[in-house]
Amino acid sequence: MRVRSSNRESLKVSLPSEKEILLERVFHAPRRLVFEGLTRPEHVSRWWIAMDDLEMPVCEIDLRVGGKWRYVSRAADGGLIAFYGEYREIVPPERVVYTEYYEPFPLEETVCTVTLEERGDKTYFRCLVVHTTVEGRDAHIASGMEGGANLAFDCLEDIARELAAVESRRSPSAAASPPA
Amino acid sequence: MLAAERLDVTFAALADPTRRAIIARLSRGEASVLELAEPFAMSQPAISKHLKVLERAGLISRGRDAQRRPCRLEAVPMREATEWLERYRAHWEARFQKFDDLLEELKEKEKRNARKK
Repeated sequence: MRVRSSNRESLKVSLPSEKEILLERVFHAPRRLVFEGLTRPEHVSRWWIAMDDLEMPVCEIDLRVGGKWRYVSRAADGGLIAFYGEYREIVPPERVVYTEYYEPFPLEETVCTVTLEERGDKTYFRCLVVHTTVEGRDAHIASGMEGGANLAFDCLEDIARELAAVESRRSPSAAASPPA
Repeated sequence: MLAAERLDVTFAALADPTRRAIIARLSRGEASVLELAEPFAMSQPAISKHLKVLERAGLISRGRDAQRRPCRLEAVPMREATEWLERYRAHWEARFQKFDDLLEELKEKEKRNARKK
């Protein structure tokens, strides 16, 4: 197998507002290939399943405004995980806007805007996920499901860092003692 | 409570901006209700309500000192919540790494096709 580690960039996840989550990533490929990889079913089925997913029995993409998409993956425990939605805007190879639903929550819509910007031989990918309702967002988070945007996490990472600092400041013996 | 249920309660508790601000404040050290109410321009009862939600979620605990009952952050549920966030990120990271591999293949395919022409 070829070593490709030099082309690995890291993913940035941020929370621009209460209802939004932003994924940013750099790919070492021309924009038209990134667009192709993101929008053709034979390609999507290669990368969509990750971690605990075993296979992808359904990967349908009707890439036109008003066209539908549907991804179904099978988890290691046999459960099916389905996402689906509709394309709202398609500007190859730079922009796609689509709605996304997670099957158990058909009333909770998210709108995803993917933009691709080419700089040199790299493509800058941005995916802004917007929950149309705060309620939907919170339900999504409460469901604890993959793909649900983790928008309640404003400042959570900062808190985690602070916590780590607090824990290290406490003496190890005090931390280990049972509660009084 | 199962870990997943506890996570639900944690996220529900964290879904409110005031409660997240309280958590952020407590991450710098324990504080009394009075001290917590001050920067939020909120009444003490209003803050107490939020504290009860956080306490039920196990995110904070209250001291025994009857007068002051200082609040302090409990590290475990917060850690579970950040671990969930990390899992979300890891899931997408795994997808994008596969996507990197796919792009390399597409690039090579293009090169091969260009040579043929």
